Amino acid sequence: MALRMWASSTANALKLSSSVSKSHLSPFSISRCFSTVLEGLKYASSHEWVKHEGSVATIGITAHAQDHLGEVVFVELPEENTSVTKEKSFGAVESVKATSEILSPISGEIIEVNKKLTESPGLINSSPYEDGWMIKVKPSSPAELESLMGPKEYTKFCEEEDAAH
Amino acid sequence: MSLSRVKDLRLPLMNLVRLKGTPILEQLHLEERLLRTSSDNWCIVNDGTNVPTIVMGMSGKPSQLLEVRPVMEDRIPVIKRFTGGGTVIVDKSTLFVSLICNKDDVPNVQPYPRSVMAWSGSLYGEVFKGVNGFQLRENDYVFGDRKFGGNAQSIIKNRWIHHTSFLWDYDVRNMAYLKLPSRVPQYRLERDHTEFVCRMKDYIERSDFVERTVKAVGNQFSLKQVNLEDINSYAKGGYLKTTRLLTMEELEEAMAGTIQNA
Repeated sequence: MALRMWASSTANALKLSSSVSKSHLSPFSISRCFSTVLEGLKYASSHEWVKHEGSVATIGITAHAQDHLGEVVFVELPEENTSVTKEKSFGAVESVKATSEILSPISGEIIEVNKKLTESPGLINSSPYEDGWMIKVKPSSPAELESLMGPKEYTKFCEEEDAAH
Repeated sequence: MSLSRVKDLRLPLMNLVRLKGTPILEQLHLEERLLRTSSDNWCIVNDGTNVPTIVMGMSGKPSQLLEVRPVMEDRIPVIKRFTGGGTVIVDKSTLFVSLICNKDDVPNVQPYPRSVMAWSGSLYGEVFKGVNGFQLRENDYVFGDRKFGGNAQSIIKNRWIHHTSFLWDYDVRNMAYLKLPSRVPQYRLERDHTEFVCRMKDYIERSDFVERTVKAVGNQFSLKQVNLEDINSYAKGGYLKTTRLLTMEELEEAMAGTIQNA
């Protein structure tokens, strides 16, 4: 409980929402004691995030997702100038012994792919919302963003999902 | 109605496909097809494959993982599979067990690698009950500190596959086609292949293992035997097939890359 309060007060100081991940709680893994959920982003139930700025939407996977996946060792991403469809796969990450597909939260055309992830797939673990971004998309249906979760809703979703297992 | 029949009705259904000597490429194609186009749960058991074959994970690079020259000279087929994980060389002695599940039919398992791995470790714990030293160690099945089962997974929207190649027996000469990988489990220390792996036949009878595995799966699912010839009625529609045989050109490129980096 004390650890949860520390995490919450730290999150408030950093102006972050946070959910306490029930996995890997130990006195020696404070950095993993909560999964960061950022304000200003939208979230899919399959644990991808979208940052919509003007006519461009940046997409990646959340801190909750990378924590559950483990160390990412390989990322498979699509080509630029191809399209993505809401809730359909656009790529995959490899972690531990698994390939896990990544679903696009929105539909649109890919205008940029993060090439740094080829040499440094671990950016997804160390910086899931910044250097670990995966694709930039020109949305074809901006209304799709409305159906995604906000930070508070996503935090609650993660807590309920972890509690159910 | 008997009590066991009543119990079965409460368990999710799983189709059981039993193969013998099916080429590993065909097995992997079947698995990828069922994962992506079927909505059923599946257990596939393949008792050996026909010829020695190297199988790499999704991100495997032959120049890093294989002794490419002898692989090419001896014409050993090399496959890149749709799941993650490392490289194995399989043959008629290898036993394969694959489990494809809807995540909602295994509700206590989160669709993430470690959760699926832990569930599999528990299932095989039942299989090897009474066999000394079995455990899931990091991501391998071991007796003591020697690996006999290699695991890999693929997780998609609402389903996942966990498949295993069990080293019933092996030819030491085949191990020489594989390099020591750069990513190894901690418990391997610096042991080479022959010091790191062991033969399952030294611990359990082959038929015993298969029947115990089917029984352990049957404790969690209601099993229904399905013949390979009937698969088409379960797997409909197109899908992106990613499992493939590497071409001679790709292996030549890998060898050229190895020579350049030497």
